Amino acid sequence: MSKGILGKKVGMTQIFAEDGHVVPVTVILAGPCTVVQKKTTATDGYNAVQVGFDIAKEKRVNKPSKGHFAKVNVTPVRFLRELRLENVDDYQIGQEIKADIFGAGEKVDVVGTSKGKGFAGAIKRHGFHRGPMKHGSKYHRRTGSLGAKGPARVYKGRKLPGRMGGVRVTVQNLEIIRVDAERNLLLIKGAVPGPKKGLILIKPSVKAK
Amino acid sequence: MDLLSILEKEQLKTDIPNFRPGDSVRVHVKVVEGTRERIQVFEGLVIKRKGGAIRETFTVRRVTYGVGVERTFPVHSPRVDKIEVIRRGVVRRAKLYYLRELSGKAARIREKK
Repeated sequence: MSKGILGKKVGMTQIFAEDGHVVPVTVILAGPCTVVQKKTTATDGYNAVQVGFDIAKEKRVNKPSKGHFAKVNVTPVRFLRELRLENVDDYQIGQEIKADIFGAGEKVDVVGTSKGKGFAGAIKRHGFHRGPMKHGSKYHRRTGSLGAKGPARVYKGRKLPGRMGGVRVTVQNLEIIRVDAERNLLLIKGAVPGPKKGLILIKPSVKAK
Repeated sequence: MDLLSILEKEQLKTDIPNFRPGDSVRVHVKVVEGTRERIQVFEGLVIKRKGGAIRETFTVRRVTYGVGVERTFPVHSPRVDKIEVIRRGVVRRAKLYYLRELSGKAARIREKK
């Protein structure tokens, strides 16, 4: 990974391509991010850049992090994330990362926290099939067999109902349709995990050729 | 105004004539044939308009050789070159689906004076 940016999901809309096709896009308010800390193999055992996004209200910043920001003379921010970059030397502390690090047509991977679905059944959570609704059946949306009689227990990792959503999700290989550097906007084709205003990480696609 | 509506507003056409279901229109559509681009005209009666802002579409119905043809166009699509209103009709519905069941004299719509 050589670059990355944090952003906030604004919502989805559509735009018309030149040939008249409708392209569904997610609008992301990406950056400006500031480099707060640099980590190198010599000092920390690995290479990374700590970037901050979204300027925080002063009363929301606690004392320890206030010191962390004051040390490098950067305005306190709400979100700090580390990007494991191989070219850490290209970044200076206090440097701004803006949406124009990406260009239109580039493929990216987008990381977000999915919307929480609460306690969900096996059909919604794991895509199980349902039982017949009619013909005398009373077996509608239940889990089904939990395994063979042999082991006399349920194996670990058995797909069962439970909490769904609210986890880190990566969507790979999304195309950037438009970059608006002035307003710090990225328009990415397709859907992106998480609710509106959710924190989003955009990085170059690992699968793109 | 929120960011999404601002983004959508930038793409909206400003030269859309005022038209509603019941009106007869002539829609000039850009079509690509091989490498050439030309304009095709589709004329008929507007039977519905739906959606808002950039998502707005309208459906035009015409009967050719006894076969009803309906085409739906996005109002703000760059493929739609021009919309001409040729007749304004008086209707009491927003969606004129009932016209599909009617033909000939019964499918007429009174013109607005």
